[in-house]
Amino acid sequence: MTVTTLEKAADAKAATVEFRGLRREFGPTVALDGLDLTVRPGELLALLGPSGCGKTTALRMLAGFEHPDSGEVLVDGEDVTRVPAHRRDAGMVFQSYSLFPHLSALDNVAFGLRMRKVRTAERRSRAAELLDLVGLADKGERFPHQLSGGQQQRIALARALALRPRVLLLDEPLSALDAKVRLTLREEIRRLQQELGITTLFVTHDQEEALSMADRVAVMRAGRLEQCAAPAELYGRPATAFVAEFVGTMSRIPGRLDSGVAEVLGQRLPVDGDAPAATEIDVLVRPEAVRVRADDAGTARVVATAFLGAATRVTVRLPDATEVKADLPTHEAAGLGSGAAVTVSLPERPVLVAERTQ
Amino acid sequence: MAGSLNNPARVLKPARGANKSVRVRPWRGVVLVCAGLYFLVPLAASVVFTVDVPNQGITFDAYRQIVSADGFGSSLLLSLELAAATIAVVLLLMVPAMVALRLGAPKLRPVVEVICSLPLVVPPIAFVAGIATVLKWGPEHLSRTPLFETFVALQNPDFPVVLVLAYVVMALPFVYRALDAGLRAVDVRTLVEAARSCGANWPQALVRVVLPNLRGALLNASFLTLALVLGEFTVAQLLGFQPFAVWIYSVGGSQAQLSVAVSVLSLLVTWALLLSLAGLGGRSRSASASRG
Ligand SMILES: Nc1ncnc2c1ncn2[C@@H]1O[C@H](COP(=O)(O)OP(=O)(O)O)[C@@H](O)[C@H]1O
Ligand SMILES: [Mg+2]
Repeated sequence: MTVTTLEKAADAKAATVEFRGLRREFGPTVALDGLDLTVRPGELLALLGPSGCGKTTALRMLAGFEHPDSGEVLVDGEDVTRVPAHRRDAGMVFQSYSLFPHLSALDNVAFGLRMRKVRTAERRSRAAELLDLVGLADKGERFPHQLSGGQQQRIALARALALRPRVLLLDEPLSALDAKVRLTLREEIRRLQQELGITTLFVTHDQEEALSMADRVAVMRAGRLEQCAAPAELYGRPATAFVAEFVGTMSRIPGRLDSGVAEVLGQRLPVDGDAPAATEIDVLVRPEAVRVRADDAGTARVVATAFLGAATRVTVRLPDATEVKADLPTHEAAGLGSGAAVTVSLPERPVLVAERTQ
Repeated sequence: MAGSLNNPARVLKPARGANKSVRVRPWRGVVLVCAGLYFLVPLAASVVFTVDVPNQGITFDAYRQIVSADGFGSSLLLSLELAAATIAVVLLLMVPAMVALRLGAPKLRPVVEVICSLPLVVPPIAFVAGIATVLKWGPEHLSRTPLFETFVALQNPDFPVVLVLAYVVMALPFVYRALDAGLRAVDVRTLVEAARSCGANWPQALVRVVLPNLRGALLNASFLTLALVLGEFTVAQLLGFQPFAVWIYSVGGSQAQLSVAVSVLSLLVTWALLLSLAGLGGRSRSASASRG
């Protein structure tokens, strides 16, 4: 698997993509509600959010299949809102299998070159090269129905890359595949993207996928951008409660806010970031930050344990019926059966707080 | 979790299906034989009746008479021309319309379906009466305008365009259903979008991607239209034209043996044409497959 002629794509400077105030309504549904987002040259940006939050709509606007009611899409500073899809220079991989059923894998990959009137010999050698790049050099003569789902998506990726597009658009390309294939293909897409240095927008509703692949992750909610940050920052310093709870696991523990200090579980902890105005608050904690200790005098009870390998996830019910998830090293969790009395505490570190919702 | 629950069902189903098909197989044979007898016995009897003349033994005179009769070639040719024109017009009309409908206004589908099915409920007699009225009315009122020439051209007996128009309408229900079934089987929207993101414009996406994947449906639609046009009698007869079906009727009229021979022959001609159309479709498919 080599990148030879394809390196030319990397030579040309990678593109910047910018969404400005994109708005789109479908009848009563507001799919995009003023989306602002910038994708930096050569980065893989994951568009993450719950189903129906407008990720696909945003991607399709960049591809040219959907038109905004207002706002604009810029590629390298140029407004492309009125450019038809076939001149957008964007390669796309779809969520559903989208290979042309009547063409072999090789012809599928060569389709775009054919549309560009590239000569047959050159076309076939380019297509063969791309098939090699996605590790399917020997499957060129197969038809889509003779290929597995993972192989079809690889071919679709090769097809999307064939015209050396300035941006690569991936709309949940792995969601139809089984877990194992998904993992290997995830790594492969990332490797290819880095080798080619192509600006890539990757839509997914799977936070693990987004965090593990992307340079930056943009979390969307109801047609708007909630936060756009590198995975570590998104996980460690979520800007909003929505992001905190959507990315990774988060438990809410009720507490009180008193002059910038959170009182929770009998502890007084400083607040991380801006404190809300309310006094009734929830403290947001990751399972790995919660400490659980067996204690016969404890008022909390273990309600469930789940073995995760090196760690065990313990679900604890506090006296006020709040459930808190905690990850403990498996050897520590050994004695904690269902119903065991425990005490729960937090490390002496600044905590994230959010206004209580109910 | 849901997946693992689903799996056993998915594994079991084909297995059960396989068992059933093994058990059912003898029945299939019986049904096939019954159906075969139902179709073949009358046909064989007809053939025997036409070739086995009392006192003369086996003779193909009846067929020889038909083929050499005046108008055999010209009426068959006319029917074929009409069929070709009808297929071309109805497909050019319906394929873009149905693809556009599917992509642009899926909610209108039921409306179009009902409109396309209307010809099924209008009896050909009523249909032809309407056409005849218009054809009579037109020239009277338009005799001083260039449209008069149009009406004359419509009814040119060498190639009656009016029949093509009538057959297009009559073929709509069949063509609609054939194309609809074909369009259901492919994800037209995704295929078109994939083609467009590969740099194909609209016409290219339609011709290079959608049509090849509708080949079966196009072939079906053409089959049904061909069969319809070859067998259509009422409209052509009442408007006074003489395509194959009308000619066959006029030839066979008086002699019993001849008229049976004529119906056997028309059946064979239709079959031959359908088979050749199927052969054509099959050949281009394998050609496109080997182009690789
Ligand atoms: N063509 C369409 N017609 C009507 N509603 C649509 C259409 N496309 C998307 N929507 C609606 O817009 C919202 C956002 O859709 P989408 O962008 O597909 O979400 P996501 O990809 O994040 O799951 C959804 O509520 C969806 O029902
Ligand atoms: Mg989507």
